[in-house]
Amino acid sequence: MLQIANLDVFYGDAQALDAVSLEVAEGVIVAIVGANGAGKTSLIRTIAGMNRPRAGTIHFRGQDIAGWPSFKVCDLGIGQVAEGRQVFPTLSVAENLEMGAMLPRARAHRERNRDRVLSLFPILAERSKQAAGTLSGGEQQMLAIARCLMGEPQLVMFDEPSLGLAPAIVQDVLRTIVQLNKEGLTCILVEQNVAVSLKIASHAYVLENGRIVMSGTGGELLGNDKVREAYLGM
Amino acid sequence: MPLETYINVIIGGVLTGLVYGLMALGLSIIFGVVRIVNFAHGEMMTIAMYVAVVAFSQFHLDPLLMMVPIAAALFALGYVMQAGLINPFINRPEHSQFILLVAVALIMVNLLLIIFGPDAQSVQTSYSLDSYEIAGVIIDATKAYTGAAAVVLSAALFAFFQMSRTGQSIRACADNYTGALVVGLNVKHLYALTFGIGAACVGAAGSMLVLLIDVTPALGPGYTLLAFIIVITGGLGSMPGALLGGVLIGVTEAMAGLLFTPSAKSMFSFALLVIVLLFRPQGILGKATR
Repeated sequence: MLQIANLDVFYGDAQALDAVSLEVAEGVIVAIVGANGAGKTSLIRTIAGMNRPRAGTIHFRGQDIAGWPSFKVCDLGIGQVAEGRQVFPTLSVAENLEMGAMLPRARAHRERNRDRVLSLFPILAERSKQAAGTLSGGEQQMLAIARCLMGEPQLVMFDEPSLGLAPAIVQDVLRTIVQLNKEGLTCILVEQNVAVSLKIASHAYVLENGRIVMSGTGGELLGNDKVREAYLGM
Repeated sequence: MPLETYINVIIGGVLTGLVYGLMALGLSIIFGVVRIVNFAHGEMMTIAMYVAVVAFSQFHLDPLLMMVPIAAALFALGYVMQAGLINPFINRPEHSQFILLVAVALIMVNLLLIIFGPDAQSVQTSYSLDSYEIAGVIIDATKAYTGAAAVVLSAALFAFFQMSRTGQSIRACADNYTGALVVGLNVKHLYALTFGIGAACVGAAGSMLVLLIDVTPALGPGYTLLAFIIVITGGLGSMPGALLGGVLIGVTEAMAGLLFTPSAKSMFSFALLVIVLLFRPQGILGKATR
């Protein structure tokens, strides 16, 4: 579904990604693991069209989308649940959801998608007239996921979806991701909670200083001594 | 002085102030969304005023009717300016944006000077001397029409931003730039639309103002400044604030003209600004920033 080859990304003179290559097959969860500043968010932003790569290709369903603007990338069906949730704080919950459905691909199915996400997250229906900035962190994360689903994505990149949430809600969010995946959604998961993300991922990559240093199935990496030492503290 | 004189002057000030408010609304919308300060705001309005003067003197078209096509033309000018000129400067430091827009303003003033010369021009409509008398209060017909038009246009804009999906998308861009990119909004297009809408406000305000004052090319910088004063007084980023600020400045100017001398009216507008900044720095209807 998604093939990335030799991707180089720079911020000014600083190199954020160095010859990154990876592959995401249809219907799987792929985890990306790495320390702070390893380049995980840079990778997601580059796929989403928010950073321009200096070199390399990003093929989505056979089309090279490297350097495309973000609104075109989104309209192909690549959604993003960004780090820090990025809801629109002064817009109401209902308006936030509308914004997720502004893509040409999703406009016609607005009603159906709204019903779907509201049955997935009933709390959002209760809060629909409230400004998104007044929601709790967990509710904002649900809104961010729901807003993304309003765009009918086929691939969703989750960037730190559990950051700053209470432990009970972290479980809810991860359970939701697994459930969406079972319904056919392909997921890229960047998660500080490395053990859990490797458990639910079918494949995983380890990023260090902008390079992919290791990859394998989630189980393989969970059993790898280096990974256990560096990311699981064992 | 009889009480009626005060009431007449205040009502005249309110009506003129509504037109000022519409002009300032354009500045406020542009700043609120694009985070660009349009230093060419008054100059763009002068362009609109000259278009209205030419349409009237050459084709006898009433500025109140020309308001719509002139607003549309300024919308197009604003869209092209944002898409072609300002969007490439969006991520540059503020002083580069400042220099860019000051340059645009200088070019506009001097082009108008080359084309129309320095002399003041005006529009004399058939109703320019008409007035209404309601319960002893005399209301200038021209000011009544322009004030009403300014209110209608502002209300329409307010409804557009609250109710239309494009308006909501523009508010979303203002709310969270990263969020707007994440959901796949075409931010540069929406920025250009916003600048176009802001320019359309000055276009409409300019064709109204040509009925109230004479136009010269040198008018631009003064009105850019006036728009700043209004927006800061009313509260940056607040749409009702811009209208309220316009009305307050309109009344202040009118009262200064009545009680002091018309040539010193700007002094009182600045005094109002200073008072607001002292006691309510976020503006009368502005929200305090965290």
